[in-house]
Amino acid sequence: MSIIADIPVSLIVLCSGLGLILIGLWGMLTQRNMIRMIVGFSLTDTGIHMVMVSIGYVTGGTAPIINDAVPMAEAASRIVDPVPSALVLTAIVIGLGVTAVMLSFAVRIYKARKTLMIDECTESKW
Amino acid sequence: MIKRLFIFMMLLLLALIFFKLASNYTENTQLSKLGQYYAEKGPQELGAPNLVTAVVVTYRGLDTLGEVTVLFISAAGVGLLLRRTRRKQDDEDLEQGDRAEETAGVHKPASEIVETATELLLPMVILFGIYVFLNGHLSPGGGFQGGAIIASGTMFLLLALPESHISRLLIATIESLSGFSYVVVGVLGVILAGGFLDNRIMDLGTYGSLFSAGAIPLIYVFVGLKVGFELSAVLDRFRKEDTGPL
Repeated sequence: MSIIADIPVSLIVLCSGLGLILIGLWGMLTQRNMIRMIVGFSLTDTGIHMVMVSIGYVTGGTAPIINDAVPMAEAASRIVDPVPSALVLTAIVIGLGVTAVMLSFAVRIYKARKTLMIDECTESKW
Repeated sequence: MIKRLFIFMMLLLLALIFFKLASNYTENTQLSKLGQYYAEKGPQELGAPNLVTAVVVTYRGLDTLGEVTVLFISAAGVGLLLRRTRRKQDDEDLEQGDRAEETAGVHKPASEIVETATELLLPMVILFGIYVFLNGHLSPGGGFQGGAIIASGTMFLLLALPESHISRLLIATIESLSGFSYVVVGVLGVILAGGFLDNRIMDLGTYGSLFSAGAIPLIYVFVGLKVGFELSAVLDRFRKEDTGPL
């Protein structure tokens, strides 16, 4: 029990994030259905966000919002790093945009081919 | 088969790298130098309690402008790929396919509960979105989050009343106006204050109040409107074409 309690929180988030990256990559590489590939991409994306957030964590830190709960004088010792959080905010939005474009490509291909299987689309394969 | 093996080997090697990374991991006990600077100077310099907002809107404001641009380009890409006004001859077979699909698919109208709940909740969802982006400098949240909440309101509307009409012109106008105003505020920062997207073009106000932190609330209102309407347009594009009688 004490071994589990000794594991830092950010390590759990880090390992889950790395695991999600692997699962997503596996999905993207092995699945032949385009929607599943896009789901794989989203999983990898989320995994990377989790890794980035966990790197910014400081032991015992709280959210980087400096108000009554975290006085300005002791801010530097009590908050987590705001930079990775800001980076993840950007990354989430970019990931959303990329996913939307991929899904609309999938819709177009489905309309033209009546299938979502990538194996059917061979003419652009080199 | 050999391909599967190759993929498996690759993932295994990657997992090994990740394992090495994770096993050498030690949690930070103090902030990085940059984080420390932001924590100590941020509130005094910019007057924004939420440091993530301070970083996103001001210190790294140019990145956020790029982010908004990427979102705009992807929304434009979705619009291009899923455009509705097609030339008849080019896509005649496509149109036929669509029609066949439409008759084959069973459309069920949304239930009474969903419709009534939408009428009741939609104004509140949109109001909450506005609240989130107005308070972006004080509490967790901001323009992108608020915009996403507004877009979820649109999603709600599309689920309950799939044939409801969303004005393209209105979306395009508000989106371009807010994007343009965002850049104008940024350029004003160059003229009136320290640099592009500097928030000190306006009075910093009382620390922690709604109208404080200079131009940050203003910028987040523009970002929130732009993101909200952009995502609504994307959702609208993904709707089935020619919904017709349901």
